[in-house]
Amino acid sequence: MSKIHITTTVNGDPAEFLASPGMTLLDALRDELGLTGAKEGCGSGDCGACSVMLDGRLVCSCLVLAPEVEGCRVETIEGMAQGGQLHPLQQKFLEHAALQCGFCTPGLLVAAKALLDAHPDPTEVEARYWLAGNLCRCTGYDKIIRAVMDAAADLRQERTA
Amino acid sequence: MSETLDKPAAQATLNVVGTRPIRPDGADKVTGRATYGADYNMPGQLVGRILRSPHAHARIVSIDASRARALPGVKAVVTSADFPDLASEMHDGGEAASNLRDLSLNVMARGKVLYDGHAVAAVAAVSAAVAEEALSRIKVIYETLPHVIDVEPAMSPDAPVLHDYMFTEGLETPPTVASNIAKRHKNVRGDVDAAFAAADVIVEDRYTTQAVHQGYIEPQACVAAWAEDGRCEVWSSSQGQFMVRTYCAKILGLEISDIRVTPAEIGGGFGGKTTVYLEPIALALSRASGHPVKMVMTREDVFRATGPTSGAVMHVKLGALSDGTITAATVELKFQAGAFPGSPVGAACMTALACYDIANFTIVGWDVVTNTPKTAAYRAPGAPIAAFAVESAVDDLARKLGMDPIALREKNAVRDGTKASYGPTFQNIGYVETLAAIRDSDHYKSPLKPNQGRGVAVGFWFNIGGESTAAIHISEDGSAAVVTGNPDIGGSRASMAMMAAETLGVPVERVRPMIGDTASIGYSMLTGGSRTTFATGMAVVQAAEKVILDLRQRAAKLWEVSLDHVVWRMGQAECIDPAKPEKKPMTLAALAAQSGRTGGPISAQVTLNAQGAGPGFGVHLCDLEVDPETGHTSIVRYTAAQDVGRAIHPSYVEGQIQGGVAQGVGWALNEAYIFDRDGRMENAGFLDYRMPVASDLPMLDTIMIEVPNPRHPFGAKGVGEVPIVPPLAAVANAMRGAIGVRMSSLPLSPPAVLAALDGKGG
Repeated sequence: MSKIHITTTVNGDPAEFLASPGMTLLDALRDELGLTGAKEGCGSGDCGACSVMLDGRLVCSCLVLAPEVEGCRVETIEGMAQGGQLHPLQQKFLEHAALQCGFCTPGLLVAAKALLDAHPDPTEVEARYWLAGNLCRCTGYDKIIRAVMDAAADLRQERTA
Repeated sequence: MSETLDKPAAQATLNVVGTRPIRPDGADKVTGRATYGADYNMPGQLVGRILRSPHAHARIVSIDASRARALPGVKAVVTSADFPDLASEMHDGGEAASNLRDLSLNVMARGKVLYDGHAVAAVAAVSAAVAEEALSRIKVIYETLPHVIDVEPAMSPDAPVLHDYMFTEGLETPPTVASNIAKRHKNVRGDVDAAFAAADVIVEDRYTTQAVHQGYIEPQACVAAWAEDGRCEVWSSSQGQFMVRTYCAKILGLEISDIRVTPAEIGGGFGGKTTVYLEPIALALSRASGHPVKMVMTREDVFRATGPTSGAVMHVKLGALSDGTITAATVELKFQAGAFPGSPVGAACMTALACYDIANFTIVGWDVVTNTPKTAAYRAPGAPIAAFAVESAVDDLARKLGMDPIALREKNAVRDGTKASYGPTFQNIGYVETLAAIRDSDHYKSPLKPNQGRGVAVGFWFNIGGESTAAIHISEDGSAAVVTGNPDIGGSRASMAMMAAETLGVPVERVRPMIGDTASIGYSMLTGGSRTTFATGMAVVQAAEKVILDLRQRAAKLWEVSLDHVVWRMGQAECIDPAKPEKKPMTLAALAAQSGRTGGPISAQVTLNAQGAGPGFGVHLCDLEVDPETGHTSIVRYTAAQDVGRAIHPSYVEGQIQGGVAQGVGWALNEAYIFDRDGRMENAGFLDYRMPVASDLPMLDTIMIEVPNPRHPFGAKGVGEVPIVPPLAAVANAMRGAIGVRMSSLPLSPPAVLAALDGKGG
């Protein structure tokens, strides 16, 4: 089976790799590009630990074939902090102790950022349903939801300031 | 050794303990940099894959791997023939002993497969695709055998017997026939028959629960490398690098010191990573191939071949006087062990009545093997199951007596000085304070809406201490590295750094906590039993005290005063010699800067076997709402109170409580292993094994009660396990309130709730 040459943009930088036709985007990120922040918890799109943005859309990278990302923009957890500065969501996750083992955290942060980009002022219920695709077994979600709501408030203030 | 070692530190002057600093491993975990089991790679590594049994019970007639070996790119195939056939030997791993032969047979089946998913062979190949092709080329001929999944059928005399060498332990008359009953546990106090005869009120019921999985999001993963000189390296995600080292050595017949295990970040364990599945196989494949081998489980593998905890059938009978004094109890617990003995029924027997002061009881537990994956520890192993039955019965008793459920529990509560149902006498427990906190909460006084119900339940867990090592190394600038041997699952590095900073008198940011590999730090029992902050924390504090003694000695030398005239206060040495008032205090940084001239590097290690872990009690309050049309249940409000001794980092203590509640709610409402007629698991994935998601839960309120444990320098008690004990019953008791029917079988899934509602109407 010959491999396919893929050219894409990852976190704003050009990236190239060779993909077998059945390779997932998750495997390409982890094994070909060395970006191991996205995690495989299930491989079936049920846990959200592999969440990334694909052309501005939140996806489970385990459900996307690597050859599909030719010419696309991929954003991962590795691109969330900018210039050595944590994103407000990352900072709030730390301040609220919204992580324990941390394995689901990259996916939750990517999904939460997608939420706040699309809906800057979510209700608690909206946040809970938006993040229902991201399993966390450690926290019971309480501190995660608080961190997301707090980050949303800060980001709104930043925008109006 | 300084004299303050065994005394609680002066509590009034705590500067770090009890605050909420950002965890030291936080930045790595929010940026994707933290390296978990599957994130590690070695040059030249192969991919390992396991062939698993499709049968619940079968004899392995033959395994022919010749076509797999012939496939280009396949570098090794191993079966049980590549592992020594171990004799039965118990190994005490800390929380619970394991039989090394069973452990080995679970890692790789020999002669028989005992459950769907049992490993029978493994391959290492240059790619995952080649490895998977190779698995399909291994021909295994099975002779299928009758199987048994549920615990009561497995106890029947005509059940298919899993192990023809197993005879029930713990009976008055040793049996002459092999059976699936591994052991009977029995604990008796007083005259239970007479007490029931004299009781004014009696309740009894039968309760069932299903096997459930720990559900950590990170599947098991490791990389193993065998060198030609027999020295091995293992990188793996587990709850104990020393556990991995010992088990690999035993299973492969190696010297323990020939294996170095480096702990990866662990993506959740909850007890499920207190044993090995992949590491010995990866080592065997590496030995056979001459390459490092990486192995990562799929989620399906995780469900079919690791964990879970037991499904159970239980019977509880309680007798009480009309004033609410519980005078008699019988508890019978039948637990699925999975393919090998060792369900948590022993701990379930010990915890079942641990919250109650009852004069007469009989507790009997049965450990029963079944054709299901060997059970592994799951957070307070056994206790939530027993508490589901006992707390449901206590709730029924309160209704029958017309008593408030908290008042009934207060009336029968264990207190300091009470002899626990499992033997010792309680001291420094905070149970009645925890009950009072829920009784006095706004939540308990708030009104309910239609279709809502409220449930109370309590729970107990021992918590353990045990063997730990900690080392503290002071840098030339006075910053400190704290090294321990315990993987950090839920934030323990934060508490280690805080306890070291508090003792040394430096800001927590100046302390960097790390977890050493098995060659870099002394032995520590695995992270389990809620022991790390208690036992390893004690070692950290003692190491810090050793460092302080060393610093005082160095200051005394520099000042030319006696040691008695140097005190350590707020991170600096102070001279209190009245003859030398001119000596200015010296900070840790100042002393560290001249360590070369005062005796060399400043460093201390402490090893200990911590005793006196304080037991923990939790009281939970759950409000739920049932949709009578669909049977769907929503948790609308939840408050959990717990005696935590002293919260070192309160946010992570709250997090432990909230996480335990969420797991318990999942166990109560949805989670269950479902097997088909052939004994194959039908829901081996997160879509069908339905764990709670964010939209299933409300905010989870916590109340931390601090009744300090005098055996710990800051009063800490274990906190991680207690919070999963009460929720099953708290939910079930709330359901009883909401629908007016006692549901005694978990999970309380929508079809079951609808059936209960239908039964009530009919």
